[in-house]
Amino acid sequence: MSAMPAITYNFAYLDEQTKRMIRRAILKAIAVPGYQVPFAAREMPMPYGWGTGGVQVTAAVLGRDDVLKVIDQGADDTTNAVAIRGFFEKTARVATTTSTREATVIQTRHRVPETPLREDQILVYQVPIPEPLRFLEPRETETRQLHALAEYGLMHVKLYEDIARHGHIATTYAYPVEVAGRYVMDPSPIPKFDNPKMDDCPALQLFGAGREKRIYAIPPHTKVRSLDFEDHPFRVQRFAKPCALCAATGVYLDEVILDDKGGRMFVCSDTDYCNTRQEEGHRGEMSGASPSRQPFPPRGEGAEGGALHLSPPGRDRSEAAGEGASGGEVRP
Amino acid sequence: MYVAAKGGEKAIRNAHALLAKRRRGNENLPSIGLDQIAAQLTLAVDRVMAEGSLYDVELAALAVKQARGDLIEAIFLIRAFRTTLPRFGSAQPLDTARMLVRRRVSATYKDLPGGQLLGPTFDYTHRLLDTSLDSSEIRSTESSSGVAEGAASSVARSVAEIMPRVTDLLGEEGLIEASPADDGGEPFDITRAPVSFPVDRATRLQTLARGDEGYLLALGYSTQRGYARSHPFVGEIRFGDVEVMFEAPELGFEVNLGTVQVTECQMVNQFKGSTEVPPQFTRGYGLVFGQCERKAMSMALVERALRWQELGEEPGAPAQDEEFVLSHCDNVQATGFVEHLKLPHYVDFQAELDLVRRMRSEHETEMKEAAE
Repeated sequence: MSAMPAITYNFAYLDEQTKRMIRRAILKAIAVPGYQVPFAAREMPMPYGWGTGGVQVTAAVLGRDDVLKVIDQGADDTTNAVAIRGFFEKTARVATTTSTREATVIQTRHRVPETPLREDQILVYQVPIPEPLRFLEPRETETRQLHALAEYGLMHVKLYEDIARHGHIATTYAYPVEVAGRYVMDPSPIPKFDNPKMDDCPALQLFGAGREKRIYAIPPHTKVRSLDFEDHPFRVQRFAKPCALCAATGVYLDEVILDDKGGRMFVCSDTDYCNTRQEEGHRGEMSGASPSRQPFPPRGEGAEGGALHLSPPGRDRSEAAGEGASGGEVRP
Repeated sequence: MYVAAKGGEKAIRNAHALLAKRRRGNENLPSIGLDQIAAQLTLAVDRVMAEGSLYDVELAALAVKQARGDLIEAIFLIRAFRTTLPRFGSAQPLDTARMLVRRRVSATYKDLPGGQLLGPTFDYTHRLLDTSLDSSEIRSTESSSGVAEGAASSVARSVAEIMPRVTDLLGEEGLIEASPADDGGEPFDITRAPVSFPVDRATRLQTLARGDEGYLLALGYSTQRGYARSHPFVGEIRFGDVEVMFEAPELGFEVNLGTVQVTECQMVNQFKGSTEVPPQFTRGYGLVFGQCERKAMSMALVERALRWQELGEEPGAPAQDEEFVLSHCDNVQATGFVEHLKLPHYVDFQAELDLVRRMRSEHETEMKEAAE
């Protein structure tokens, strides 16, 4: 067989026509906040459901001078964040950073950074299911009409039934919001803790759903209201203890299991925020502990490269065990 | 001191290196050549081209090799490459009546113009493992190559004339609905524009043509078991080479771009007729790159089932549900979304954990109060 021709790709992978098409969709999305604009999502070299929508939006807005930050679950070093950042380093050769302050474009999955965003920043969300009504009505033909008529009774009934059945609204992430007083929108699966950060945010917020071929947006300083009832106002999670590493309070924490005897600790989900605070001299109750064995030694093939697990210290379990599980909820 | 692991980048690199090693397998054995894959795993290559929506034998063989034989992964590789290719126009509609036919069978007529041509098929083989294949045979034996050559020359003979399609023969008598005429318009391209339901037939056929073989097989099968039964007959199934003609506006005449191999299935289905239309047969259509009869037939069955509305049939079966069928038939989309569950979800899980704990503690309190 003949030799394969060399394959070359355009800046940020997508060809210019495609980027233009995506930019048009983005402009429309900004003009109609919260409205899901259909766009001709391309097949990307990473799987559907792994951020292809966010990647396409980022590719369309990225310029040569941009500084890109990619996070997944609030962390810069989770596997998928690393893969996506590597993709843009390779195809666009843009500068990348883990610092929220330095970044001009931040692509995220499941979190809004704790550090307040600025007007010169763009936050790009990866969205799995853009339709907030999807699990109440599976048909696109139906949900499109419901949005057109602003008929959101279905959603209110769902939230009401949650309260009737559980005493709570049992939606803890991807909590629906109303944007600019018109469209009900899925904020992507961020914890509802992050919902208040979307309101009146100075940064442009863009949402890309590749598999479902939708783009939507929240322009800077737009009213974003989490759906609730007068007698059951919207509340966010509150953690009983501060971050075990940087002592931050009022931030979203990840629970890290330390052993198989119920020992656990709570640390900032936003790694940049946590690291910055530690550099500034903040110390949590477990940050002084001496390094010790890893609770989960790397196992099996591919583990040579260092475990992906966090490696907390093997200190006395009884201290951490059973604490800080839930601090209830507070009004934002 | 507690340090969040920074091993992600290195671990990914190592995992990929390990994958490359596993792909290569035992290094004492020769690496498989792309020409070997293309020549001996033809049907795997065909499936990758069909569901990858890109007709390129060499790249498909490369994808099969790179994907370690995982065909959905290979299809994904082809799709990701295809999406970067520029479009310079649309070819003329393929004329399958002018196909260089390598196989052609009809289940509705014992004999028909052009004849039945079995060609290369697994049909009628006894599915007994052939241990003689476990040897590096260089050439087939004299006798079997003689048979093969004889078969090849009979193919060449049948090429000379146009082979009419069974549906054309039925159509002359008005026994089958007419195929919708070409309106000359540019067809919708599902890879270049977002699909919005309900869709037209061209969009539906495009989506099915790149749909997952197994998914369509199951849905097609369901129509045979009573979920949207359509009394199908294989009017004809043909496989062979078709010329792709392209008319460049600046030339003003058609240019032959080459040939592609396709499998076409014309399913002939029952129709009771209505007040406006006398009873006649209806069509279900399947067209797939390469030789894949299972897929072409399944596609034809599902396509027919999706036409319930225009034919005034009762809805209700899964195969008739356009939005359901078309939204879930793409295996690259499906595998991506299913497998994304492997990605970390600990932020959302944390939120759920918190709620469940809170609800459990409330439950406990309530139980205590009730007991008192």
